[in-house]
Amino acid sequence: MSRALSPASAAILRTEARLFAREPVNMFWVLAFPTVLLAALGAIPAFREHKPELDGQSVIALYVPVCVLSALLVAGLQTMPPVLVGYREQGVLRRLALTPVRPRQLLVAQVAVNGGAALASALLAVVVGRVAFGVPLPGQPAGYLLALALATLTAFGIGAIICALSRTMKIAQGVASAFFFPMMGTAGLWLPVQVFPEPLRAIVDFTPFGAAAEALNQAGTGMWPSWSHLGVMAAWAVVLFAAAARWFRWE
Amino acid sequence: MSVPRPGGESWGMPIIEVTGLRKAYGSTTAVDGVDLSVAEGEIFGLLGPNGAGKTTTVECVEGLRVPDAGTVRVAGMDPVADRDRVRALLGAQLQECALPAKLTVREALELYAACYPRPADWRDLAERLGLTGHFHVPFAKLSGGRKQRLFIALALIGAPRVVVLDELTTGLDPHARRETWDLIEDVRDRGVSVLLVTHFMAEAERLCDRVAVMDAGRVVALDTPAGLVRRSARGTVVSFTPSRPLTDAETATLPGVRAVRVRGDGQVTIEGSDSTVEAVVALLARLRVTAHQLRVADGTLEGAYLDLTDAGPGLDSGDETPFETPASAAAAGQA
Repeated sequence: MSRALSPASAAILRTEARLFAREPVNMFWVLAFPTVLLAALGAIPAFREHKPELDGQSVIALYVPVCVLSALLVAGLQTMPPVLVGYREQGVLRRLALTPVRPRQLLVAQVAVNGGAALASALLAVVVGRVAFGVPLPGQPAGYLLALALATLTAFGIGAIICALSRTMKIAQGVASAFFFPMMGTAGLWLPVQVFPEPLRAIVDFTPFGAAAEALNQAGTGMWPSWSHLGVMAAWAVVLFAAAARWFRWE
Repeated sequence: MSVPRPGGESWGMPIIEVTGLRKAYGSTTAVDGVDLSVAEGEIFGLLGPNGAGKTTTVECVEGLRVPDAGTVRVAGMDPVADRDRVRALLGAQLQECALPAKLTVREALELYAACYPRPADWRDLAERLGLTGHFHVPFAKLSGGRKQRLFIALALIGAPRVVVLDELTTGLDPHARRETWDLIEDVRDRGVSVLLVTHFMAEAERLCDRVAVMDAGRVVALDTPAGLVRRSARGTVVSFTPSRPLTDAETATLPGVRAVRVRGDGQVTIEGSDSTVEAVVALLARLRVTAHQLRVADGTLEGAYLDLTDAGPGLDSGDETPFETPASAAAAGQA
């Protein structure tokens, strides 16, 4: 894997991208849903007002990270695991394993396609937030990108665990849905993390998406995200991928 | 188009060599000491009932499974340790596998061609397999026969030196099956060796230069199809289910009998000559016994196969042991 991209890896990546684009469900949930969610929340006039108790931010500004994270969660939990588990269940991986290509390359391609789509979708939400609702672009872009990268790794780490532990596509879909809403909750879908009451907020800060929402919000307002939030995400990513690598089965 | 079949002695270097292969899944031993070798340019058949260990054996050859004991060599290389080099020269078609539902035929061919260092021309392969008109059909919309053809194309797309085909024609209609047979002969005529897993006797008889019969994880016979039939020592076989059991004294009167076998469900199989058949019919008439499901068959590969995989010790007719290699007694009675 030291070469930039072998012809086989390029062909697999192209194929997975095509197949991704052929699923209208993917296109909507990964690419459009986060922005649609932001637009729906932004339509509420009170959400656009700057609040002194939120350090002068508007509620919709707090929701931009939530929408960004929803893109990562949809791609990492809802889209990728059923595809990979289905590939394993139906023998797609088995067939590919007979060629000189490593099935791992398919895994990498899946993460690249879904991760790429999720990041594009996140970017779209940020831009729409700026253009439509006047939410300032991230004041600390480097910190924002770092937090986004760690949040992406964490989301796909959860996806990888789901792939490792689900025997069938149906189970993968069920487990993903069971994880999705609690994760969205910790990311602040129902109530922004910043306004959680204190003991709860401290707990949520230790969850992967609670930490991600805090870090993205800090970088959004121009601060360097706190290392404790970044550290929480990094730790989750390491644990999740190590566990997935331990339990994942090719067949 | 036909290439003269090499004689038994003139086989080239083995392209596949399996020695003392063992593989168990938990407490179940799937393959229990298999030896076989496939010569370059040969069509080698692997026959046997379900659960005999055929698929496990070829999965070890393909490098999909790691043997518990024994060695597997493909062109002298270990399929596990030398994974990439073995896969570049070995093509395979699996019993159970799939492609992504929305991947089209053309995309599948292009993708798999890109997986090999020196692939065959996929357009040419598609033409030979009659897939040209279906380039834009997604995998999930293909008929069973077309899926099978696509998998054959994918087995050949790396321009392999040897292909492993597992239950290739299962699920094909007789016409498609015959076309597939022509294609396999065509592949061999182009210099590719073939390891063919099958349970169709007609397929083995028609295609294979040599056949190994497996039962309960072992190779119980290995010969040319004609050799197996010759050695099976079955002449004419008559089988029937009598309305009441026949006694040994009654069947002892029959002329030319080589063996009498009675199955648990009462089915009687008698091996002998033409005169035995006439005598059986006369005997049944005399005893007023009705024979249900009366069948008469000449010695065939199917008969030889059944001897090897189905028959218990009851088939043994004195010193006339039909095969040199002993059929596993433990396998007796397993259908």
